[in-house]
Amino acid sequence: MNSLTNKLLGGKEGIYALGLLAAIIFIAFPLTLDLFRLGLVGKYITYAFVAIGLVLLWGNGGILSLGQGMFFGLGGYAMAMFLKLEASDPISTKIQTTPGIPDFMDWNQLTALPWFWEPFHSFTFTLIAIVAVPAIVAYIIGVAMFKRRVGGVYFSIITQAITLILSILIIGQQGYTGGVNGMTDLKTLLGWDIRTDSAKYILYYVNGILLFGCIFVSRYIMTSKFGMLLLAMRDKEDRVRFSGYDVSSFKIFIYCVAAVISAIGGAMFTLQVGFMSPSFVGIVPSIEMVIFAAVGGRMSLIGAVYGTLLVNFGKTMFSESYPDLWLFLMGGLFIAVVMFFPNGLAGEYNKIKKKIPFLRKIAGIDSVEKAGDASATEKAATEVVEVKVDETATDGKSGLESKGATT
Amino acid sequence: MSNTDFVLAIEDLTVSFDGFKAVDNLIMYIEKNELRVVIGPNGAGKTTVLDLICGKTKSTSGSIKFKNQELTELAEHEIVRAGVGRKFQNPSIYENLTVYQNLEVSYPVGRNVWGSLTFKRTAEVEERVRQVAREILLEDFLDMESALLSHGQKQWLEIGMLLMQEPELLMLDEPVAGMSAKERDQTAELLNRICKNRSVIVIEHDMEFVKKIAHKVTVLHQGKILAEGSMDKVQHDEKVIEVYLGH
Repeated sequence: MNSLTNKLLGGKEGIYALGLLAAIIFIAFPLTLDLFRLGLVGKYITYAFVAIGLVLLWGNGGILSLGQGMFFGLGGYAMAMFLKLEASDPISTKIQTTPGIPDFMDWNQLTALPWFWEPFHSFTFTLIAIVAVPAIVAYIIGVAMFKRRVGGVYFSIITQAITLILSILIIGQQGYTGGVNGMTDLKTLLGWDIRTDSAKYILYYVNGILLFGCIFVSRYIMTSKFGMLLLAMRDKEDRVRFSGYDVSSFKIFIYCVAAVISAIGGAMFTLQVGFMSPSFVGIVPSIEMVIFAAVGGRMSLIGAVYGTLLVNFGKTMFSESYPDLWLFLMGGLFIAVVMFFPNGLAGEYNKIKKKIPFLRKIAGIDSVEKAGDASATEKAATEVVEVKVDETATDGKSGLESKGATT
Repeated sequence: MSNTDFVLAIEDLTVSFDGFKAVDNLIMYIEKNELRVVIGPNGAGKTTVLDLICGKTKSTSGSIKFKNQELTELAEHEIVRAGVGRKFQNPSIYENLTVYQNLEVSYPVGRNVWGSLTFKRTAEVEERVRQVAREILLEDFLDMESALLSHGQKQWLEIGMLLMQEPELLMLDEPVAGMSAKERDQTAELLNRICKNRSVIVIEHDMEFVKKIAHKVTVLHQGKILAEGSMDKVQHDEKVIEVYLGH
């Protein structure tokens, strides 16, 4: 048990890093920010769930999904459907043609609640749906893609297409989904008004705690043999397959986990912001979320949270003054990260910490020199050496036989 | 001798790529504890034969029986679980993991999702990793990131990763490519040690090396067997000299 706790906290360095993040989220922000700004931070943190999912899926598994907004949306919409039904009781909707159904259905001439809305009267069902629906969708996509060994760019493009389809579907089916406006006017959760100041504080803390829960779950996965296999698959998929592992089942599983974590973020988004709309489902938000993870460091769970917070602070501040320029800046930021800081903020931290005695001490450096920190140049250097060896040391005949020649 | 007495029985195996028969009606039997070396000129189909056995390439027709179990119908990971291990031509190791982790990942326990999530590093695993590391001369490098190993050491590590799984049939594609003379000798010793309780198929070009290890040599040419037998016999075969050794 002790070693498990140690694993989840990530050793001494991990405890400091988690502690600092907890202090910022649970103490510093609530004390220093007004409720409006704190609400914004709460919203950013819901995006951090998606970023964490991407650290597992993309950073560790090497599977770049450009469609995580889809799962964020599925979680968010599941929660919104429950809240919307609660807000649409017959008394407050008595001016409608059909009282007791959500207002947008009434506007679209629907006279009865669609069958798939019925179970969302139950809060238990809703909670299960928030987790199960994205997991099932991810499972189906995962089986269809990974069993056929679709990977790399093709996978990214397909996830993007599916996300686009989902957002078009939501916008098109106005009567069932609220269309482009989304689901608005969400008021209470089991009779508890989520718009009050106290509710906002409580939801902010619940959100933060869930975020840490997801970090711990992710860390458990990353430190298990499963996590090691993810890294191995990212590097040499064939070697894993020919070591007796069914690679596709591992990919499907991690894709489902990333989907569920994203959906939890989506549900918390709906609760805190008070509405859900297709603008959080489509391609642009999905790519933005990849950028959050890239800026923070795609290998680091905690880095991804900081990356999300920083990029969003930047977005809010910058777009308050120059709304049109934001997308360009965002694109530039992504290019800069990919070109100059491939491991993001976490990668930069890992470089800096070697030079600062205090950080060295915490990190217990000298024993930690590991995979993620190895600098790109170092790797490139060894590769060059390898190639040379390959060319010189093989004698005439063996040198000629390449993979292509025999197959 | 009936088919069932062989570890591996390949019969009438053919694979054609758009009409080009890379392997043509191949018949080959491997016995228990045998170390077979497959040689042949470029494009003879040597690597393709290994690809077919391990399931990387699907055969067009014919049968591959491993301990009397048909392999052509199994998925790659099932073939491995049946007891066939394969080393690739270029050292195929996980460069971002340590040597220890490379070996540990290859330990054949916790091979499904749930098993890998609940896998624990027991004393047994630790012992096995050290034992294999000793065998492949990498005991002092266990904590090193494997990207930093020399080319030859990477080849050994991949062999070690296969040994972790204790396969009954081990297939090595050019295991000494890129090795120094000393490393070649050490690898020959290693192979002679590890073929004690398993069968091994080796593809190799280095004739000196082949002499040191081969029990029996098969010469492939254009997807067919040109000659088969002891090293001595094969070396003096007219046809073999003409298409391969003579150059």
